[in-house]
Amino acid sequence: MTTLEGIQGAAFPFHGNVRPILNEVIHAIDKLLDTGEATTIDLASLPFGPGELEHLEATLGTGELSAKLDALGTSRIRETAYPGVWWLEHRNAHDEVVGRYLEITRTPEILKSQDADIAAGRARLDDQSE
Amino acid sequence: MKKTPTVGEILQAKGVSRRGFLKYCATTASILALPPSMIPRIAEAIENARRPSVIWLSFQECTGCTESLTRSASPTVEGLIFDAISLDYHHTLQAAAGDQAEAARHAAMEENDGSYLVLVDGSIPLANPGYSTIAGISNVDMLKETVAGAAAVVSIGSCAAFGGIPGADPNPTGAVSVMDIVTDKPVVNVPGCPPIPMVMTAVLTQFLTFGTLPDLDKHGRPMAFYGKTIHDRCYRRPFYEQGRFAETFDDEGAKAGWCLYKLGCKGPITYNACATTKWNSGTSFPIESGHPCLGCSEPNFWDKGGFYEPLSTGKFDSGERLAGAAAAGVALGVAAAAAGRRKQSKFAKEG
Repeated sequence: MTTLEGIQGAAFPFHGNVRPILNEVIHAIDKLLDTGEATTIDLASLPFGPGELEHLEATLGTGELSAKLDALGTSRIRETAYPGVWWLEHRNAHDEVVGRYLEITRTPEILKSQDADIAAGRARLDDQSE
Repeated sequence: MKKTPTVGEILQAKGVSRRGFLKYCATTASILALPPSMIPRIAEAIENARRPSVIWLSFQECTGCTESLTRSASPTVEGLIFDAISLDYHHTLQAAAGDQAEAARHAAMEENDGSYLVLVDGSIPLANPGYSTIAGISNVDMLKETVAGAAAVVSIGSCAAFGGIPGADPNPTGAVSVMDIVTDKPVVNVPGCPPIPMVMTAVLTQFLTFGTLPDLDKHGRPMAFYGKTIHDRCYRRPFYEQGRFAETFDDEGAKAGWCLYKLGCKGPITYNACATTKWNSGTSFPIESGHPCLGCSEPNFWDKGGFYEPLSTGKFDSGERLAGAAAAGVALGVAAAAAGRRKQSKFAKEG
């Protein structure tokens, strides 16, 4: 597999906005391994030229795990080819993208079952068993 | 005052799961330009927030600002309008008309005295109040009456913020901005022609979430969105640094996507978030479509020379400021992202 450092050193055909993000991802991976602290990069806050976002997505590739969430529209949560680096894309009810993030973490928070939902589910199960 | 449900209660009643709520909070953090580490605090605040009453007044305007907001793909903007705020008066959108509409406005003012928000699009004519009236009431009288019991006023678009196109030379209606009339209430300016929908949403969301208004620059604009120039965040900035400029709209430089500075781009002195927030569901922004920035979020942009005259002709701004901007160009570009992160960290620590 290509290393992130190797990709970072490669020539970029666009406007140079992808390289700094890969750099930030590498630092975030180091932080995750050293301290366990997760990092979220909000891609909406960064400048991208035509094709650069797609280039970043293609560069990070696809890993072993992906999930689809149906809540207030669809979300796709996918581990990239680099373990611990997750690509999250949130869409609204009209299937328009409302947020894109890179999460450098072991498991994105939104994948975990939430206490409030667990409690509500238990109550429903109670109702069914009566 | 009638007891309004909290946003948490509204979402729960609609069957929105906690995961869905977390997604909503993540996009809200993004809208407010806050770090993702703030999401738990945003979740807590939104859950307990009560719907603020909003009165929207439209004066000398083209309805472009309302179009911008209602056509936007901002996160749950439809939810924001219909669930998270109580839009009690908007004469373009509301079903009521005439006396009924005015009664709704007065009812909202009485029931929410001291706590409602007033949003205004359009400038206010002072040369002759009869130039623009609603239900026989002049714009200036309606503004003064409505603002009297408001918590704050948000000027939506360059007309409300700075006078805009109605105020352009020779300003036949004597158009003025909201802040020329309202001097005893907080006024937030969200200029642009039209403004970016997400920025309008952000101001409402911050008020809803934290009960506060955003930090403002010297023109009353939220710093989170108007704190950097278009140029600072432009993806074509590297070409500017390399001295690669399009000379005409159809030359090789234009086709290669080089910098539009020589074609009149006002990006270097225009403070707005178009370059990162973008338009049409994040598709692009004017420079990405090959057209120079017009500087529409700056005061009096209409009267500052030709849109296709380079800034170096000195009509849009003072030569001194431009020289300073040019000298600081490289450093600013490099420091912009770092400064943004620092600001986010600071907010997170203070939070």
